[in-house]
Amino acid sequence: MNPRPFVAGPFAHAGRTTPMIMSWVMIALTPATVFGLGLFGWPAIYLFAVTVASAVVFEAACLLLAKKPVLATLGDGSAILSGWILALTLPPWAPWWIGAAGAFLAIVIGKQVFGGLGQNLFNPAMVARVALLVSFPLEMTRYLAPRPIFFSGAPGPRDGLAITFGFGGHVDMDALTSASTLGHVKTELARGLPLHSVLADGADLLGLLFGTTPGSLGETSALLLLAGGILLLALRLITWHIPAALLLGILLPSSVLHLVAPDRYLSPAVHALAASTLFGAFFIATDLVTSPVTRTGQMIFGAGCGFLIFVIRTWGGYPEGMAFAVLLMNAAAPLIDRWVRPRIYGRDRKGRPLAVKTRETR
Amino acid sequence: MRMKKPARAAAILKDGLWTGNVTFSQMLALCPLLAVTSTATNGLGMGLATTAVLILTNLAISLVRGLITPQVRIPAFILVIAGIVTLADLAINAWAHELYKVLGLFIPLIVTNCVILGRAEAFASRNAPSLSALDGFAMGMGFTGALTLIGAIREILGSGTLFANASLMLGPAFKALETVVIPEYKGFLLLVLPPGGFLVLGFLLAAKRLLELRTARRAETAAAAPGCH
Repeated sequence: MNPRPFVAGPFAHAGRTTPMIMSWVMIALTPATVFGLGLFGWPAIYLFAVTVASAVVFEAACLLLAKKPVLATLGDGSAILSGWILALTLPPWAPWWIGAAGAFLAIVIGKQVFGGLGQNLFNPAMVARVALLVSFPLEMTRYLAPRPIFFSGAPGPRDGLAITFGFGGHVDMDALTSASTLGHVKTELARGLPLHSVLADGADLLGLLFGTTPGSLGETSALLLLAGGILLLALRLITWHIPAALLLGILLPSSVLHLVAPDRYLSPAVHALAASTLFGAFFIATDLVTSPVTRTGQMIFGAGCGFLIFVIRTWGGYPEGMAFAVLLMNAAAPLIDRWVRPRIYGRDRKGRPLAVKTRETR
Repeated sequence: MRMKKPARAAAILKDGLWTGNVTFSQMLALCPLLAVTSTATNGLGMGLATTAVLILTNLAISLVRGLITPQVRIPAFILVIAGIVTLADLAINAWAHELYKVLGLFIPLIVTNCVILGRAEAFASRNAPSLSALDGFAMGMGFTGALTLIGAIREILGSGTLFANASLMLGPAFKALETVVIPEYKGFLLLVLPPGGFLVLGFLLAAKRLLELRTARRAETAAAAPGCH
């Protein structure tokens, strides 16, 4: 006679599975992605495809090596999502090997080495982005003005092949590049010019909002990223704590410094809309695996990310600091979790049992 | 415990080169490892310098082991080591100046390399001079092998060459070693920088563990197989 196996609670669950969560995040990313692919045309489409496909191939290879179930694990969609997020942070006309090398760095070094989904300390896509930025500064900072796909002057499918894969012709990229808003401001401020002459007509806030300025593949349109973020919030896949704290971490110091010295510090509006602020706030910093568990911890984490982004953008060597900030705070997440622990049921925050309130004592 | 001399020597060699390898088993001396192994040549140079120091310190400490009381042994060992490292520092500066320029601060820092004091404490202070010198050689060679291997991997992946500048540093005889593995390689800067050292070391440690697990499993199945005594 077999004793009944011991099964521990909880037994109620929200009915959410990993593939379901991953698909909803992808759906939330779709507007910004489709917009970015249209905005930068065929080279961006090829780069996106190469990055996502290589992420899946590397994941499958790692699973085979580790003798884990390949199809079942691939089906959780996490590799596709990592590749997807990475592709959105790349310069849209980067060569194909940037996407493939990035997928290797994200999936193999960033995730599978630690033991796969749920075990990784750092956000895989951001590991890849930082490693690529450090290793290939030229390719990773080559931004260009949007060339929407069906308008004249946009590269066709065959020109796109030449740009992304380098065969069937040579395209002089240097003639096409134009700096992103933050990059432009950084170089001009470094030359000692005051901000009002750097951005003579004021920052193109509408352009940043709708996404018609140079930038990474999927980070240009603040409006569409915000829409995706609100969808995630509405589905309660993420909570407001990390995004709100992150935005506050950027907006607070930038508002103060902008009021004190408007000629040297960018306005909070530019900080909020430019580059990957919103993308990071809703899609990257909120990664379930690499952020703290408690609400308080998440607010510390988000505020730290936001403040570091502001510091790196303002005083650092790179114009944008989202990836660095997220990695640094990822490293701090276990520490935050140690410091801010969830209260155990029936005990107070320090782990002492709560005093029992009986009817008589009340 | 007592072994015959040749068996003892073979055990010491095996321990230094593989089972007790400084880098891959003891994980000591990681600081010079991460800092200088950006090329195979640098790794080889640093490894050979450390080996020379290790043989001499082990020999010297073994010779005076009867004179040093346990209470003062650590400062006494460090003084002996510092003296020998200073000699090596001056010698490399005089005869291998190019190597000296690359390794720079890391040669005087061999004094603080925990392997040197570790071997003095664990082996040389308890064993005969000949065996101690052999232990220094074996440990040093294991370390040199590890440094050169990591340097080679980082150099091939990071800059597409192997043993670049070997002739400048180690003498014209080593010109033949210099090879370009991947022509017109753009370079992968991350591997040349210290993170590359961590990454390559991590993968090699995993590989060694995998290898040891496999041999252990094979030995187990061989022992369990029926018909064998």
